[in-house]
Amino acid sequence: MLPPAFQISTPPTNTQHGAMFDWRPPFLGIDVVSIARIKKSLADFGERFEQRIFTPQELQDAGHDAVVKMERLAARFAAKEAAIKAFSLGSIGVNWRDLEVVRRPDGAPILLIHGKTSTILTKIGITSWALSLSHDGDHATAVVAGLQPVPVPFHP
Amino acid sequence: MNPNSTIQTGIRAALQKHGRLSVDALSVAPDANLYEAGLTSHCSVNVMLTLEAQFDIEFADHLLTREVFGSINGMAKALQEMGVVDAT
Repeated sequence: MLPPAFQISTPPTNTQHGAMFDWRPPFLGIDVVSIARIKKSLADFGERFEQRIFTPQELQDAGHDAVVKMERLAARFAAKEAAIKAFSLGSIGVNWRDLEVVRRPDGAPILLIHGKTSTILTKIGITSWALSLSHDGDHATAVVAGLQPVPVPFHP
Repeated sequence: MNPNSTIQTGIRAALQKHGRLSVDALSVAPDANLYEAGLTSHCSVNVMLTLEAQFDIEFADHLLTREVFGSINGMAKALQEMGVVDAT
């Protein structure tokens, strides 16, 4: 049984439940975005901004209500930038649409990673990650934490 | 690169309009670190879209890096790599 995410910062190796993996400290990224500036980018660049940054699903999930759409797109932009920070992708160069925020059936947002970015994370050894979004007033924010399991010797 | 080149002039204009820098985009050193001068990831997207429209190009994924957008020289090198011809 793998340790729950909230135990990832508690060293050392966790073998009390027979786990075969330990967790390195999480790859962590955070970003905050001005909702008004996202609105201005859309006004300045229109569909080019939308299509360059967001997937069709993200645009659909943003809806048509102008206020809600800006909040959701701002949060999704923050999520992409938080992921870029968490996984140190800023020095590699990735397509923002490879980092996609979708909703689970219960409404919770999750981060899907596609294409070349998925390949990069596989090479790094990051196998799972978590996303949290929030917005209030003028700003939206996102946190991404990536987890990298490492094998530990088994000592029965 | 010639400071009066069309590439440098175009980059500086894009930075002045969308970079939200704490320094003057028209006079900042071409090798200055723009992130240290206040460039955010969101602003760099706006700068990128401006340059794409201005020079009729599209930045490939491998060029979407902090190294490219971190300085005027970085963006100029990327534009030249994309075939933008510099007229002075």
